Amino acid sequence: MSSLEIKNLHVSTGDKEIVKGVTLTINTGEIHAIMGPNGTGKSTMAKAIAGHPDYTITQGDVLIDGKSILEKESDERAREGIFLAFQYPSEIPGVSIANFLRAALQARMAEGEEIDASGYYKRLYQKMDLLKIDRKFTSRSVNEGFSGGEKKRSEILQMAMLEPKFALMDETDSGLDIDALRIVSDGVNSLRGPNLGILLITHYQRLLSYIVPDHVHVMIDGRIVKSGDKSLALELESRGYDWVKQELATA
Amino acid sequence: MSEITDTLETTAENPVAGIDQTSGNFKYDMTYDFDAGTGLSDRTVDYISAVKKEAPWIREFRQNALKTFQSKPLPTHWATKDLENINFDKIRYYLSQGLKPKRTWDEVPEDIKRTFERLGIPEQERKFLAGVEAQFDSEAAYSNIKEAVAKQGVIFMNSTEGLREHPEIFRKFFGKVIPTGDNKFSALNSAVFSGGSFIYVPPGVKVSHPLQAYFRINAENFGQFERTLIICDEGSELTYMEGCTAPKFSTATLHSAVVELVALKGAKIQYITVQNWSSNVFNLVTKRGLAHEESEIKWIDCNIGSRLTMKYPGVVLKGRKARGEVISIALANDGQHQDTGAKMVHAADETTSTVVSKSISVGQGRATYRGVVHIPRGLKGCKNNTECDALLINTNSRTDTYPSITVRGDRHAVQHEASVSKVSADQIFYMQQRGLTEGQAMSLSVNGFVNDLARQFPMEYSVELKRLIDLEMEGSVG
Ligand SMILES: Nc1ncnc2c1ncn2[C@@H]1O[C@H](COP(=O)(O)OP(=O)(O)O)[C@@H](O)[C@H]1O
Ligand SMILES: [Mg+2]
Repeated sequence: MSSLEIKNLHVSTGDKEIVKGVTLTINTGEIHAIMGPNGTGKSTMAKAIAGHPDYTITQGDVLIDGKSILEKESDERAREGIFLAFQYPSEIPGVSIANFLRAALQARMAEGEEIDASGYYKRLYQKMDLLKIDRKFTSRSVNEGFSGGEKKRSEILQMAMLEPKFALMDETDSGLDIDALRIVSDGVNSLRGPNLGILLITHYQRLLSYIVPDHVHVMIDGRIVKSGDKSLALELESRGYDWVKQELATA
Repeated sequence: MSEITDTLETTAENPVAGIDQTSGNFKYDMTYDFDAGTGLSDRTVDYISAVKKEAPWIREFRQNALKTFQSKPLPTHWATKDLENINFDKIRYYLSQGLKPKRTWDEVPEDIKRTFERLGIPEQERKFLAGVEAQFDSEAAYSNIKEAVAKQGVIFMNSTEGLREHPEIFRKFFGKVIPTGDNKFSALNSAVFSGGSFIYVPPGVKVSHPLQAYFRINAENFGQFERTLIICDEGSELTYMEGCTAPKFSTATLHSAVVELVALKGAKIQYITVQNWSSNVFNLVTKRGLAHEESEIKWIDCNIGSRLTMKYPGVVLKGRKARGEVISIALANDGQHQDTGAKMVHAADETTSTVVSKSISVGQGRATYRGVVHIPRGLKGCKNNTECDALLINTNSRTDTYPSITVRGDRHAVQHEASVSKVSADQIFYMQQRGLTEGQAMSLSVNGFVNDLARQFPMEYSVELKRLIDLEMEGSVG
């Protein structure tokens, strides 16, 4: 079992503090959902953990199996098992999904080792079938001209291929119609298992009825203000974030 | 012992292999059978002509060219002032024998050896390129090809031999596509040229394999002032490839070639160049083709490295329905300036030209596109399509586009598109988040940017181009 520990994490961009002391431990095998209104700092936290250069960690630590990863470049963190499914994935014109994923896998191999091309394609097609992605998709440039749903599916495909230890999934449900949501959720559920820990970021409970979390946390204004099990998500759905805010105010 | 790397004051690092070309350990001991010395005068020109045992008309041609060269100003009213740093008096204009280097393979720096390794350059060529061996002996491979195509009546030889053995063809076309006075550097080349290829393809002959200058690397051909003349007779077809993608650890700092192509009625010529100059080199090349009726000339031109490259391959569309195409990729890294483009001169009805140019500027690198499309009054049904895309790798890079389109008359279709894009921090982060290093991420972006063009190259060239880009981009992130 591996663990991703987030300890008293503070994140700023420019002079502005956005994440204000988050503590959370995710073990492989677990799914944690973070819910919260727009602009609370959910994406900022995920990107800071992944090592985005725009964000500065001013306090706290992030550790994998007890070892801090903050000194490492984002690509090293990725190779150690952190995967970020982006809320807004970037386009890479002229680079096909197949070549991109191949390069990403190749980057994980020892020097002198070469990826086995036929094995690679076999695995790729298998994962694509799982996510109901057309074969033609592999030759399209990464995220270029993709619909919202295609982008999300492509993120999950990459996750399936790269087999991370910890996946930070940022608003994976946004922009998906109900059919696409089901396909993506089925895909994520099939990856679920003892070797993967997931942090599921969303502001709708909708996703959580497809991907059922073990723990639910509510994030407001850069802090986790409430944690509970999956029933918390339902409660939030019926009572809204104002309920949590009011609770906070009276506390 | 002499040093021939000292024509420029500035220290230039080769970004590919990290070799400092001007530092003391890159010297050669040289003995030349023939050596015209440094500097340029009518004696130099006579000397070259005498060594080559040339006919009087050529000697005269060279002497006239010298006068033109001397009377023409540098084009610095529009081009970069860096041209003024060329010291014409310190250049050796003719070396016939190879260099006799004194360093051994063991003395070649490790990083250069690694570069060769990465590029997959054959053992023997490595030694030559690193300056360990004076000659790259590939005559055997070359003469095989020469003999093979000779069976079809194709003449493929060094331009010096061409002049001697086929003056009747040579003289008819030589200097007709690019007149001596076209620009200062074409005049210089016309005065001191040596090396380069001469090819004649008889009517209807389709040469199935690309002919390569690559097979004929030797001191002379490696040289600074190559002159290439290719004539494809009616209905014939030829692909020619020049250059080698290995970094050229050139000892000479000025390279000024002239390439003339003639496609007679219905002929097709494709001329492919992939060059990777070390960053002390001024690469000032004039390339033009003359396309007769229903013929087609296509230039594919990749320029990587050099201190300054000025090169605008062109096609004069002289016959009805002639087609011209220029596809170019230029990569300007720190300290480099790629000033490239295309010239399309429409001179007959229903002629078509296409220009696709992609440039990449990295760090302080600078890429300039200059295009000329000329459609004079009185013609009808001409088409031009120009597309220039620039990719900037960081905010310091600059790119300029100077399209000049003169279209007279209104019965033509002309299109011009230009785009500038950046590799954004978010894009790099996205790729790094998938496990690629910053360097790998950058080279993937760049390869993606040129991908649609690179696909049109012969396989081995596109593979080498990719490797080159990888090396350049890895170097650029330190
Ligand atoms: N790169 C940035 N520069 C400036 N402000 C930012 C940046 N990234 C996020 N923010 C700000 O931080 C706050 C939290 O944003 P974000 O993390 O995207 O929230 P969420 O994902 O919870 O909707 C917002 O006010 C947003 O404008
Ligand atoms: Mg967000």
